[in-house]
Amino acid sequence: MPGLNTSSTADISFMLLIFFLVTTSMDTDQGLGRTLPKPPEDDQLNNEIKIKERNILNIRINKDNYVMIGDDYASLEDVKERAKEFIKNPENKPNLPELKPKKIKGLGGKTMMVTENHVISVQTDRGTDYGVYFQVQDALVAAYNELRDELSKEEFGYRYEFLTKDEQKAIREVYPQKISEAEPKKYGGQ
Amino acid sequence: MPEMNTSSLPDLIFTILFFFMMVTTMREVTLKVKFDKPVGTQLEKLARKSCTSFIYIGQPTDNLKAQFGSGHRIQLNDKFAEPNEVYDYVVSERGELAEVDKPFFTVSIKADHHTPMGIITDTKQVLRKAYALKIMYSANRPRE
Repeated sequence: MPGLNTSSTADISFMLLIFFLVTTSMDTDQGLGRTLPKPPEDDQLNNEIKIKERNILNIRINKDNYVMIGDDYASLEDVKERAKEFIKNPENKPNLPELKPKKIKGLGGKTMMVTENHVISVQTDRGTDYGVYFQVQDALVAAYNELRDELSKEEFGYRYEFLTKDEQKAIREVYPQKISEAEPKKYGGQ
Repeated sequence: MPEMNTSSLPDLIFTILFFFMMVTTMREVTLKVKFDKPVGTQLEKLARKSCTSFIYIGQPTDNLKAQFGSGHRIQLNDKFAEPNEVYDYVVSERGELAEVDKPFFTVSIKADHHTPMGIITDTKQVLRKAYALKIMYSANRPRE
């Protein structure tokens, strides 16, 4: 009996291969990761944590997509610089978050001045465009990343992303990311 | 000259085929909403795609507009849904994961940049209630 002619099996499997290449996707999703706060428990509702006014940076976006930082209007481009100044408070201004000395193990026990208790809160109206909200979030992350990069270069000579896990942790201790996912409120008319 | 023996070629190709079947995932659900994701520069990659569930928010696609209107809607799996249905969706999606993967459960929100924040905030509140606290705002990198 002559053997079965299998010369086309390769072609068939090639077709299958191409089919799978086309219908499946390998692209990984990208985005900004966030951790939401735990749902409020009933007894917690009434005693909200008090935060000193100087430690909080309120960013509000109204339904017409105007951005306010603190009490004044700002453009999207301002957000990053304002956030950087707020997080770092380089001149120790009294209206920016308080600096507290903190020993950082990862930097050889060096004491750094850290604005440990700062919080950035982004509040939106129900009518605000998601895109604008996202731009603000992106600018805030950019502010943190730039500050971390600056410090990493100063301390280790490399950018933050090239540091080892422990070094990154030390840098993160100096600039902890504190963006509050605040409860929604209504702003700027109905 | 003797012919080269190609009898193992199909096996080779099959091996590649299986490799691709393992590492890739099937294209996700058919989209019923269209969304133009916001653009950001500080994006991180999604670490574990297998532990991720997706929530799509946007306007219904053009051929569904006549039926569903042009308001922004949430899509879960293949259906339109209301914000409160997100709870059941998240719970069942998380339930399908292996116990070790559960801490890595992430919800990726793929929303159009014109979506009003009201829907997003409602969704986020429901996610909090469902203890799906790791979320990701899906976005694109700016085109060069």
